[in-house]
Amino acid sequence: MRAALRSFPTLLRVGFADAVAYRAEFLIWILSTNMPLVMLALWSAVAREHPIGGWGQGKFAAYFLAALVVRLLTGCWAVWTMNYELRQGTLSFRLLRPVHPLLHYLAENVAAIPMRGLFALPVAAASLWILGSGELASDPWSYAIFLAAVLGAFAINFVSMTIVGCLGFFVESSLAIFQVWFGVYLLLSGYLIPLDFFPGWLREASAVLPFRFMLSFPVEVLLGRVSGGAALAWLGYQWALVAAMLALLVITWRAGLRRYSAYGG
Amino acid sequence: MRRYLRLLYVQARASATIAMQYRVDFLVQGAISVFWVFIAFVPLRVVFSSKAGSVAGWSYPEALVVLGWFTLLKSVLEGAINPSLQAVIDHIRKGTLDFVLLKPVDAQFLVSTARFEPWRLTDFLASLGIFIYAFTLLGRAPTPVQLAVGLLMLGLAGLVLYSLWILVVSAAFFVVRIDNLSHLLSSIYDAGRWPIGVFTGAIRILFTYVIPLALMTTYPAMALLGTLEPVTALGALVAALAFSGAARAVWLLSLARYTSASS
Repeated sequence: MRAALRSFPTLLRVGFADAVAYRAEFLIWILSTNMPLVMLALWSAVAREHPIGGWGQGKFAAYFLAALVVRLLTGCWAVWTMNYELRQGTLSFRLLRPVHPLLHYLAENVAAIPMRGLFALPVAAASLWILGSGELASDPWSYAIFLAAVLGAFAINFVSMTIVGCLGFFVESSLAIFQVWFGVYLLLSGYLIPLDFFPGWLREASAVLPFRFMLSFPVEVLLGRVSGGAALAWLGYQWALVAAMLALLVITWRAGLRRYSAYGG
Repeated sequence: MRRYLRLLYVQARASATIAMQYRVDFLVQGAISVFWVFIAFVPLRVVFSSKAGSVAGWSYPEALVVLGWFTLLKSVLEGAINPSLQAVIDHIRKGTLDFVLLKPVDAQFLVSTARFEPWRLTDFLASLGIFIYAFTLLGRAPTPVQLAVGLLMLGLAGLVLYSLWILVVSAAFFVVRIDNLSHLLSSIYDAGRWPIGVFTGAIRILFTYVIPLALMTTYPAMALLGTLEPVTALGALVAALAFSGAARAVWLLSLARYTSASS
């Protein structure tokens, strides 16, 4: 455990150097996160003449730009790395190292966050400049909660990806499982549709499902739609989800590893 | 010409044979395709149910027709264009493109037909379902002329999409690690599921003239609905031909700069 902690800063530095080295590729990844802008254009067209459900064009703009920033900050790709290494058998090398492979993946994905932030910053600045600060939360505490919520969103994102990655130990098509997970995420996280617009029962269900805490929740906090005690309570709920999913991850990892025998080995 | 047709047949048969070996994959991928059609459908449903009537001049069934073309063209993109794209990029990076270039046929033809994924047929079937549903809602069917113009537009859309793909592959000659360009292309193409009318300002100009999404999904839909102006159709025809000509020129230019991987 202590050895792992000691190695973590070095792993982060390696990951960061990797992100800098492949900056062109990195930029393309960032550019392909353009869905919130498309949805922004669409919803603006819907609200062009008059507001819908209390949402005017300004509110839609603030929502989807904040969603873009959160998405940029919390993106991961661990499931593809895991799938690739499982298929190629290179996971064996990772297992031989003294650092836990999951920690390695974590470092790789965390190290990219500063680079992602670099791209998210202009988006945030531009939207603040265009929209003014009227749509943002006025309470300074909200910003502290926002940071914790973004971190929690990243954690859920990463852990869910690695859980699906571990399913690759059991079934061949773990990437197909991830596609289904991602599709549900698109609908229920508020990425395409603000959760307010769902009919009653679906809205209530989406409020407690993990997907909301991967995107919508930090956005809601940033825009001041959830604040004070309620925001803190939801934050606690988010981190409880993280803990529960982490436990699930440990279980699937252990069970999966027992079945693992490297391809061609 | 006949030689190329025979070659196309051989390549397609090889792809089909490969696909047949992975029957479970066939079922899984088919189910996933249908699932994604559903995912694309939900936002449309929510947008139109939150507001009776029309968005940017498009009613719900009309927007469904656009979604139908989007799904149809997506099956072409993911079934015939993207798989080969990945293959060429691999060739360029590893230097094995040499073997393709040595063969006595046009290299562009050879790499473009290298790989098909027949299970994308499910997307095609799903798009037919969307069309039927949309025109049932509208309470009429397209006339034979509208259908013909629509199919012509589909041909143009396919041509433009393919040309965009050739441009992307050409970029791979200059930049090394570019596998995710196809990912970028797909993510931009995703915006095509909405009628071009919902976009305004710079985004609309971008999607009409630079990355002609309008030509790919909105114009074919308008053709089918009978609202496409002849002038626009003619403009689309000229633009698509010019675009594909330019893409061919860029491909030849890039190929001339190819120096294999190890030299």
